[in-house]
Amino acid sequence: MNAPNKSGWKPEMQIAESGFLGGPVTTTGNRALMLEEPLLFEIGRADVTGVDLPMVDASAPTRLGGLARSEAIGLVGLTEPETVRHYTRLSRQNYGIDLGFFPLGSCTMKHNPRLNEKMARLPGFADIHPLQPQSTVQGALEVISQLGEWLCKLTGMPGVAMSPKAGAHGELCGILAIRAAHTARGDAREVVLVPESAHGTNPATAAFAGYRVEDIPATAEGRVDVAALKARLGPDVAGVMITNPNTCGLFEKDFREIADAVHAAGGYVYCDGANFNAIVGRVRPGDLGVDAMHINLHKTFSTPHGGGGPGSGPVVFSEALAPYAPLPFVRQDGDGVFYLVEEEHTEERGPSFGRMTAFHGQMGMFTRALTYILSHGADGLKQVAEDAVLNANYILRSMEDILHAPFAASGPCMHEALFGDKDFGGGLSTLDVAKGLIDEGYHPMTVYFPLVVHGAMLVEPTETESKAAIDQFIAAFRAVVERALAGDEALKQAPYFAPRRRLDETGAARKPKLAFEG
Amino acid sequence: MRYLPLTDTDRADMLTKIGAASIDDLFVDVPAIAQLDGPIRDLPLHASEMAVERHMKKLAAKNLVAGDVPFFLGAGAYRHHVPASVDTIIQRGEFLTAYTPYQPEIAQGTLQMLFEFQTQVARLYGCAVANASLYDGSTACWEAVAMAARVTKRTRAVLSGALHPHYAEVVKTMAQFTGYTIGDALPSITPDPELSGLISRIDEETACVVVQYPDILGRISDLTPIAEAAHAKGALLVVVNTEPVALGAIKSPGEMGADIVVGEGQSLGVGLQFGGPYLGLFAVRDPKHVRQMPGRLCGETTDAEGKRGFVLTLSTREQHIRREKATSNICTNSGLCALAFTVHMTLLGERGLRELAAENHRLACFAADRLAKVPGVRVLNNGFFNEFTVMLDGKPAREIVRDLADRGVLAGVSLGRLYPGVAALEQALLVAVTETTTEEDIERLAAELAASLKETV
Amino acid sequence: MPRYFTDEHEWIDVEDDLATVGITDYAQGQLGDIVFVELPAPGTAVEKGKDAAVVESVKAASDVYAPITGEVTEANPALEEDPALVNTSPEEDGWFFKMTVADPSELEGLMDEASYQEFVAKL
Repeated sequence: MNAPNKSGWKPEMQIAESGFLGGPVTTTGNRALMLEEPLLFEIGRADVTGVDLPMVDASAPTRLGGLARSEAIGLVGLTEPETVRHYTRLSRQNYGIDLGFFPLGSCTMKHNPRLNEKMARLPGFADIHPLQPQSTVQGALEVISQLGEWLCKLTGMPGVAMSPKAGAHGELCGILAIRAAHTARGDAREVVLVPESAHGTNPATAAFAGYRVEDIPATAEGRVDVAALKARLGPDVAGVMITNPNTCGLFEKDFREIADAVHAAGGYVYCDGANFNAIVGRVRPGDLGVDAMHINLHKTFSTPHGGGGPGSGPVVFSEALAPYAPLPFVRQDGDGVFYLVEEEHTEERGPSFGRMTAFHGQMGMFTRALTYILSHGADGLKQVAEDAVLNANYILRSMEDILHAPFAASGPCMHEALFGDKDFGGGLSTLDVAKGLIDEGYHPMTVYFPLVVHGAMLVEPTETESKAAIDQFIAAFRAVVERALAGDEALKQAPYFAPRRRLDETGAARKPKLAFEG
Repeated sequence: MRYLPLTDTDRADMLTKIGAASIDDLFVDVPAIAQLDGPIRDLPLHASEMAVERHMKKLAAKNLVAGDVPFFLGAGAYRHHVPASVDTIIQRGEFLTAYTPYQPEIAQGTLQMLFEFQTQVARLYGCAVANASLYDGSTACWEAVAMAARVTKRTRAVLSGALHPHYAEVVKTMAQFTGYTIGDALPSITPDPELSGLISRIDEETACVVVQYPDILGRISDLTPIAEAAHAKGALLVVVNTEPVALGAIKSPGEMGADIVVGEGQSLGVGLQFGGPYLGLFAVRDPKHVRQMPGRLCGETTDAEGKRGFVLTLSTREQHIRREKATSNICTNSGLCALAFTVHMTLLGERGLRELAAENHRLACFAADRLAKVPGVRVLNNGFFNEFTVMLDGKPAREIVRDLADRGVLAGVSLGRLYPGVAALEQALLVAVTETTTEEDIERLAAELAASLKETV
Repeated sequence: MPRYFTDEHEWIDVEDDLATVGITDYAQGQLGDIVFVELPAPGTAVEKGKDAAVVESVKAASDVYAPITGEVTEANPALEEDPALVNTSPEEDGWFFKMTVADPSELEGLMDEASYQEFVAKL
C-alpha cells in the first residue's frame, strides 16, 4: 500500500527539506486555508448588533420592580456577515465525521443522516411548546410513543423511560429505579458491583445514588470474573452494572448466568448500553436477563454528537423495574388519544420514583432517532450491527501482528478493537500514536480507556465506513505504530500539521483562565 | 441500504481476512438463548427517504405549531425569533459531527466557541466563571443544590415556593436518594414575592436557598436581602433564571450576591422543540468555588509554539477520572445548543440583547394593560419582565386554556397544569409575551379570553 | 529530627509532638506535573491511613493518606499559589500540612529512609 491516498498526492511528493512548516512567514499568521481567528471579544463591539429590532422609547415607563439594569453586561456583537465568518472559520479548526474517519472507541461516531436533521426541523416538531394543551401535540406524543415501542422491541424489554437527557442521566435513571424497587420492599441494600473495566460514569452514578461501589475483577481474557462476582453476591448487594458488549470490546458470554445469579440473590442487573451498536437488531438484551439499560440515541441511533452533546438516554426496563420509571411518560387511552402521565395522576403513576427533568426529554433527538430507525428497519439495523462488528474484527486482524492486542485470543471482538502500547521504543506512548494519527488526517481512537489495559487504544470504526476508507486507515495506523515501535523521536512532537501543536494542559490547570478578561 | 457502504464482495473479502466463514462466526459468544434467526419480527423493514419523510410529516401535522397561532406560553420555555444564520452555523458538519474536544489540536473550533460561551454566560449572570453547559435548567438546578452541599458540607436546601415546580420536583427526586433534605412550599398569590417567609426558613443547617428570578409567576424582587440572610447563616444563595433575555433588562443575580446562578438557556438560539434538547447554564460568582463545579470547563492555554489555544481543563473533578468521587456523573454538555446560544448572543451583542429585552417588556406591558380590561381578569404582578400572572376570577384557568386552544389561541400556561389539585392556584394563568408576539395577537387573546370567560360556567 | 515514610509514599517529620507531612520525590515523579493540591483545614482530625489531602495532575487525582492519627494545625499556604512546588521540592518546600501526634507508637510501623529507598527500588 504505497499509495494510500488517491487524491493525486504521492509519498515521493513530500518536500523533505522544508516540510509543511517551511516557507515564508506570513503577515497574518494564516497559511492559505488554515486561518487564524481571534476571540469574539477581540473583534466584537458593544454597540454593534446583527439583529434589527424596533427602537423602544428608552423613556417609556417600565414595570421591572425597580430592578432595571444599570450596569453594562459586557457583551459584544457582530453583524451577520462577521458572525457567519467568525464561526465558519472556527468550524474549520474542528475534526468531524463529515471530514473523515473518526474511530473513537465507545463513542460510535457513525454518519449522521441529514434526513434526520430535516425532520427534526419540521415546524410541527421544532416549534411546539412542552406545555401546550395535549390535544394540540398529539403528533409529538405519538413520536415519543412510537420510538419507545421500537426501543422496547429492539431490546426485548417491556418498559421504557424516555425523559433522561443523556447516557449518564439514563444510567442514573436505571440506578434510581433499582433503588426505588428495593426501597419499596423495605430492603436497604448498600452495594453496587461494577467491573473494573467499567466506564467512569458507572461508579460515579452508583455513588451519586448513595451506593457504595465495589469493583469486580476481570479475567485474563477480558471478561467479568463470574466466580468472583458470584462469591460477592449477598443480601447487601443491590445490583450490578455491567457493560455488554464490554469496554474491552468483547461480548460477556456469561451474562445470562450472571443475571440469574444476581436475581437469585435479590439484586437487579443494570446493563450499560453504550455499546448497543454492536448488537442492535441482532441480540435483545431482555433475553439476557437485563433489568434496566440505557440507550445512547447519539451513538446507536445516530443523533449528532454536536461537539459534546446534546445526547439522549432513554432507559428500557424489565417487568420488575418498569413500574418505577420516572415521570412523565406517555400513555394512550381507549380512544387512541395520547396523554402524559404526570405528578397529578396519583394512581396511574404508581410507584414511579419521580421526575428527572423539567419536561418530556430530548424531543429533538427523538425525531432524529425515529427517522433513523424507520430508515433502517429491522433488517437494516441488523446489518448495522453486523457491519460494525465486521469492520472492527477486520481492523483487529489487520493490526495484531504489529500491535499488542491483549484480548485477540479471546475470540472475535464486537464493534471495537482494543490494543495496548507494549514494545514501543524511545519512551513513546499511546498519546504519541494518537497525535501521529492526527497528522495522517484521522481523529484518533479512544486512548487510555479502558484502564485495565496499559496504554489502551480502543478503535471503533462503525458501520458507515467503506472498505477503502478502512484500508486507508489501517495503512496509516500501521505506519504510525511502526514509527512508535522504532522509537521515532519526531512522533513525540506530533501533531505538526493541525491548527495547533500540543497544548499545555498543565499550565491551563495550574492557573485556570476560564473566561475572557478585558 | 443507503447508509451502509460495504458491498457483499467487501464483506466476503473481509471475512476471509478475518478467517471467519460467515458473519455468524463473529457472534459466537452470544449464548444460544439470545440468538435470533433473522431480523426481529413484527417490525417494519428499511424504508426510502421519501417514505420516512411521509411518515414523519404526517406526525408533525398532528401538532398545532406555535408560530401559526397567537401564542403566549412560557413557564420555563420561551418562543423567540432565532436569526436564520444560527441554524446555518450549527448545521456545519465540523460542529454538528464533532465529538467532545478530547483531542484539542483538532477541536479548537468547539473549544474556542465554548470559551466565548462561558464568557458570555458569566457576564450575563454577573459571575466569575461559567461552565460549558449542562443538560437543561432543571438538572442544572439540582447540580447547584448538590454543589452547595459540597461547599458548605451541609445537606439541607430551602426552595422558594416560587421556583418552577418541575425544577423543585427534579431536586426532590434526586434528594430522596442522596440523603439531602429539601424544604419547599407553594407560591403565594401576591403581587410581589414573599421574601420574609423564605428568609425565616434559613438556618444554620442550610446549605443553600434556591430562588427563581424572575419567579414562576413572573415577579421580580431584589435578591440582596436573601443573599445577606443566607450568608449570615453560612448558606449559599442559588438563583435560577429560566429566561436569559430578562437579564438584558434587569440586574444580574451576581450583582445581588448570588453565589451560584443556574438557568435555562433555551430562549437564545435553541427554540421550543417540545421541551428538549435545551441548555443548562451554570455559573459561580466566586472563582474559588470553581473546583466544586460540575460539568465541563474550557480554559485558555498555549501550544508548543506559543500560540494561544484552548483545552478542557480541571477534568479531575469529572467522572472519567474521579469515578465514584466525581463532582457529578455528567459526561456531556449540551454542546450544539451552547453553540446556538453563543451565535445568537453574538448576533445580538450588548446592544441587541438590551433592545430585545426592551421590546419584550414593552409588549408585555401592553398585554398586561389590555388583559386587565377584560371583565373578570385581574393582573397579579407589580413587577414583571415578559411574563406575568392573571387571575381569572371564579374560573379554572386550565379549562379556559383548553377552550382557547379550540378557538385557535395558545393562551398561556395555567397554574392548574403546573400545580394540579391546588385550589388556591387554579384560577391563575401565566401569560408570556415576546418579540414574536404582535399587538394583533394580544387583541385576539383579549377578545377570545373575554368570550371564553363569558361562555364557561 | 527523624523522618519516616509510608508505603503510600508519604513522608513525615516528627519534632516533639508536632509532625510535618508531604509526599515523596518518588511519588511526585509518578504523578507528573502537579496542578492542584487540596489540603485539610487546620483543626481537621485525621486518622492514620485515611484520606487527608488530594493531589491532582492533569489526568489523575490521588488521595494522600494521613501517616498517623492527629489534628491538622497548619496547611502549606505556598501550595495554593504554586502547586508545582510539590514537583520541584517535594520533601522540603512542598510539604502538605503539619499535625499533632496523637499516638507516638503509630510511628513505629513506618519505614526509615533506608528501608523506604529499598521499598521503592523494588517497585
